[in-house]
Amino acid sequence: KQWYQRSVRKAVVSTQSTGVGCKRVIDYAVKIRVRPDALGVVTDGVKHSMNPFDENAIEEAVRMKQKKLVKEIVVASCGPTQSQETIRTALAMGADRGIHVEVPKGTEESLQPLAVAKIFAKLVEKEKPDVVILGKQAIDDDSNQTTQLLAGILNWPQGTMASVVEHSDGKLKITREVDGGLEDISVNLPAVISADLRLNEPRYATLPNIMKAKKKKIEKMSPEDLGVDVSPRIKVLKVVDPPVREAGDKVPDVATLMSKLKEKGHI
Amino acid sequence: IFKLLGDAGYLGISKPVEYGGMGLDISFEAVAAEAYSYIASGGVAMGIGIQCDIATPALTKYGSEDLKEMYLRPTISGDVVACLGVSEVGGGSDVAALRTSARRDGDEWVINGGKMWTTNGAQADWMCLLANSSEGPVHRNKSLFIVPMTTPGVTVHRVIEKMGMHASDTTETTFEDVRIPANHLIGEEGKGFLYQMQQFQNERISIGAGVIAAMDQCLELTIEYTSQRQAFGRSILDNQYVHYKLAELQTELECTRALYHKCIDDYLAGEDITPIATMLKLKSSRLVRQVTDECLQFWGGMGYTDDDPISRMF
Repeated sequence: KQWYQRSVRKAVVSTQSTGVGCKRVIDYAVKIRVRPDALGVVTDGVKHSMNPFDENAIEEAVRMKQKKLVKEIVVASCGPTQSQETIRTALAMGADRGIHVEVPKGTEESLQPLAVAKIFAKLVEKEKPDVVILGKQAIDDDSNQTTQLLAGILNWPQGTMASVVEHSDGKLKITREVDGGLEDISVNLPAVISADLRLNEPRYATLPNIMKAKKKKIEKMSPEDLGVDVSPRIKVLKVVDPPVREAGDKVPDVATLMSKLKEKGHI
Repeated sequence: IFKLLGDAGYLGISKPVEYGGMGLDISFEAVAAEAYSYIASGGVAMGIGIQCDIATPALTKYGSEDLKEMYLRPTISGDVVACLGVSEVGGGSDVAALRTSARRDGDEWVINGGKMWTTNGAQADWMCLLANSSEGPVHRNKSLFIVPMTTPGVTVHRVIEKMGMHASDTTETTFEDVRIPANHLIGEEGKGFLYQMQQFQNERISIGAGVIAAMDQCLELTIEYTSQRQAFGRSILDNQYVHYKLAELQTELECTRALYHKCIDDYLAGEDITPIATMLKLKSSRLVRQVTDECLQFWGGMGYTDDDPISRMF
C-alpha cells in the first residue's frame, strides 16, 4: 500500500492577526432619558453593554480564527475604566488579548469618531493586523464614521455595512447592505470592515470561556501615550426628546386620505 | 433551556469538574441565581434553581461515583431534568412527619407513598426522594434516593394550577411498589434527613439571592414610575410618604443583602450557616411580600393591570 502525502491547501489568506474594536454603550433595552441640563442622556447607574454591532464584529473575527484564517484576535476599546468589562466580554467570546485606551470618567461622551479612528490607526501601526473589523455604528451616537475615517487615515480599502465576508485568493469578497439593496465588492488586504447585524449570530459567552477570559491580558494606555489629541471637534448644543407622537386620524377611503395628506402639507 | 444552559456551562457552576462542572465556589452559584431572577418569568428561574441548587447538592456531596456518573453528569450537561421529592400532602414544613417509605428487598428498594409540590415534576427524568427507610427516631430513619421518573409505579397525577409561577410545572406524584436498584441510595442509609437539611441551605442561599435581586428590580421600577407619574401637580415620588416609604424599603433590602453576603462568606469560611441561611430565607421571603405589595400600591390603578410588570412581581 502506498501512502500518498496529501498537500493540504492552506487558507490562501495568510493573516497574522485581526484587530477588532468594541465600545461600551448604554444597553439597547434601556429606556433612555435626557439629562436635566439637556446636553446628553443619563448614564449614571444605567445598564451598559457591548455595542450590538461590535458583537457581530467579534463573532466574525472568532469564526475567522476557527477557520484558521487568522492566528490572533486583538480587541481594543476606548473608554472609561468600565470599558474593561466590555473587553472581557470580547475575550470571553474568543478574542485573545485586549487593549484598553482609557479616558477619564465623564470624558467618554466627548470622544468622537475622528479621535477613535486616530487612536485605532496608532494601534494598527503597533499591532500590524491584516484585517480590522469594527461594528458599523455605535447605538449611542449612530455615527457610522469610525470605520471610514480609519480606512482613510490608513489609506486602506474598506468594506462597510458587511453582511457577508468571504476569503478568496488573498482578497476579501464583501456583500454590503446599502440603500439600494446589496452591493458586492472585492477588497485587497489589509482592509477595514464594519459589521452589520446580519453578518452573523454572535455566540453567548459560555461560563468556561468567561473564566478563561479573566486570565487573558489587557494592555492599558492613554490617548496621550499614543500621541493622539482626542479633544472634540464637534460641540453638542442641545439634546432633546423626539416630539411626542400625536393622535392619528381614521379616514373612510383613499380619496379622503389623499386630500387630508395634501391638507397637512405632507404631499 | 436546560440544554442551552448546560452547553454554556451554567448548570454545574459549583459542581465537580470530573462530572462536567466548573468547580467554582457557591458565591458564583449565588450570582447566577441573582441573574436568573432578571428573567421576566419567575417559573423559569425556579426550574433552573431546582436543577442547580435544590435537587443536586446532596447527590454531589454524598452520592457514589457510579450514581454521579449516571445522574449528575447528564444533569450538569442539561440532558436530563431533576426534581426534588420531599414535601408530601401530609407534611411540607414538617419534614420529619413524611410518610413515603422505602423497604429493602434483596438488591432493590421498594418505594411507596406520594410527594407533593414537586417543581419540574412533569418534565423531570429523575427525582431526589426522601423516604423513611427504617424504624427509629424520625431524624435518623430516613434516606435519600434517586428515582428515575419512568420507573413503573411512578405516576405524576396532576400539574397543579397556581397563583403564579405558571411557567413552572408543580406536580403531585404517587409511588406504588416502585423498585429501584440498591445502589440508587445516596450516601448512607438513615442519614437522609441530615443530608436534606444540608441541601436546604443551598436552596436558601439560591432563593435569597434571587429574591433580593428581584426586590432590586421592583424598587428600581417603582422609583422610576413614581418619579415620572404626575398627579395633583407633582410626581408621585415628590410626596414625602412615598419617598420615605421607598427609602425605608430600600434600607430593609440593604440589610437583607448584608445578611445574604454574610451567609456566603460564612459558607466559604466553612462555618455552619444553618441559622444564618434560615434567617436569610425568612427575612427575604417576608420582605419581598412587603416590597411588592407596597410598590404595587404606588403604581395606582396601573399596578393592577397586566400592562406593567409590577402586578406580575406581586
